[in-house]
Amino acid sequence: MNEHRLINFLLRCFVVLVFMFIFTPIAGSFVFSFNIDRFPSLPLGGFSLHWYEAIAADPAVWQAFKNSLTVGVVVSLVSTLLGFTAAYTDFRYQFFGKSMYMALAMLPPTIPVVIMGLAMLAFLSRVGLSGEIYAVMISHIVMCAPFAMAVIRMRLAQMDPNIEAAAWNLGASQWKAMRYVILPFTAPSLFAALFVTMAVSFDEFAVAWFVSGLNETVPVRVLNTLQGQVSPTINAIGTIVFVTTMTLVILAQLLLMRRRKPASA
Amino acid sequence: MLSDKLKISPPVLTDNAVAERSMRQRAGKKVFRMPWYGLSFSMPILIWQLIFFLFPLAFLVAISFWVVRNFRMVPTFEWLNWSYMLSRGFFWDAYVHTLAMAAGATALVSLVAFPCAYAIAFKFRESTKQLLVLLLITPFFTSYLVRTYSWQVFLSDNGIFNAALGLIGLEPFAMLNTTFGTYVGYFTLCLPLVVLLQLFSLMYIDRSLIEAAHNLGCARLRTVWLVVIPSARIGIVVAALFCFILTFGDFVSPLYLGGGQPPTLSTLITDTTKSGQQWPRAAVIATMMIVTLLIAAFGAVRFAYRRRA
Repeated sequence: MNEHRLINFLLRCFVVLVFMFIFTPIAGSFVFSFNIDRFPSLPLGGFSLHWYEAIAADPAVWQAFKNSLTVGVVVSLVSTLLGFTAAYTDFRYQFFGKSMYMALAMLPPTIPVVIMGLAMLAFLSRVGLSGEIYAVMISHIVMCAPFAMAVIRMRLAQMDPNIEAAAWNLGASQWKAMRYVILPFTAPSLFAALFVTMAVSFDEFAVAWFVSGLNETVPVRVLNTLQGQVSPTINAIGTIVFVTTMTLVILAQLLLMRRRKPASA
Repeated sequence: MLSDKLKISPPVLTDNAVAERSMRQRAGKKVFRMPWYGLSFSMPILIWQLIFFLFPLAFLVAISFWVVRNFRMVPTFEWLNWSYMLSRGFFWDAYVHTLAMAAGATALVSLVAFPCAYAIAFKFRESTKQLLVLLLITPFFTSYLVRTYSWQVFLSDNGIFNAALGLIGLEPFAMLNTTFGTYVGYFTLCLPLVVLLQLFSLMYIDRSLIEAAHNLGCARLRTVWLVVIPSARIGIVVAALFCFILTFGDFVSPLYLGGGQPPTLSTLITDTTKSGQQWPRAAVIATMMIVTLLIAAFGAVRFAYRRRA
């Protein structure tokens, strides 16, 4: 390909600028969380763990973390199960209306969260679940299952369908083939899906805000703080959540990379 | 075929299922048996999404026809909320405002993202490329709310940016609670996703096409315009569609970075829902948003997949 030094240099500079824009607020909230000032400005104030102490002393924050964790665990388990069954169905079967079926399975993340929130609130309050922690779980499973499905489907795409058929020919029942062929093959992606869905659920604020009532999750707590007395505790919470989610994601990535050739990206 | 499947074989008096099956097979008869295995994998997501996704959305459209009497919603079928909302100036102001903001954000984000995605796809080594993709995924796992709050600190009148401007002797100017602020939020929300989606479609372009264009004497920009962009069209359009969907429905940036004035449709929904029992009116707004997004999505997909002229 013909190359032009100046153009390439300018393009690279542009990439750096875009990444600076993307990471400015992330780095900012990290720095501000250790900053003593309530309204940080230049020059920055001194180092302080004040905001971390403030959230550690706030029972509402502890409760929010507990709620988020409970929701996250349930949501990740159920969405991964649903995502796995859907991914396997897509992998193995052809049937009438399959594109509709897949559309229904993939659609939820494309619906604006405000609309999802309102729809879930209206529906769940009708069946007496709104304001319960189950309401957040149900809504998050709807939104997370497609992600689990995508992750697992990508793993199944690397599998030769003949392997399963070979197991049948050798006398394995369908369930046996599932247990000894499909499940071991998809295991890394199952763990990846667990972590990814938990991370998505842990960050979701809008739908949770609509349906959670008094059972605030962490992001809902942040949103309510943002609406009231704005406080840098948001940065401290954000930093903790970021470190937690990144740990989960990196774990997921490591699991996916194991036993997979890097060239398959 | 169907009648064939439904034919029931005579009962076989054995409780050993395997023997039963082999006897039936020997008898050469086809037996309809419930495909429990297949059903147990295909049904769960279908049932779950029908009950907890499709039904709530349908219900949302339904309650837009309900009315509120004595602070309670009454199931009925009246166009009351529709005629109320659609005859209000503030609704149409918000609609036009939201549409314009989202369309503007879609165009701007796509324009900024493309050179970036192009550079990552073609101008970096493979290892750097993978690192950049990882970095682009990182923002999805940081809270959008926390990033928004962080921008408030940067953009406010006494914030980091204005202080930095002051250091080099420039007057501070308002960035927070302006349209500029809203757009900063929109970019924060969409830019990583749009770059990623464009990048994925650019990575799969057949490079020999580009080289052929060069060899035939096609200038650089012309190659991008006539070869690269058409080849990556689906990715570019899908990225733009996602950007539109996200910004059209976002209520955080317009409220916390743009100051909330004039309101967008999503802020109207949150206000109407959270401040009282006027859910049917909020449902009208939501239905209008769904219709708009469906039209946008349909148009985008048509455009992305149409035959090249």
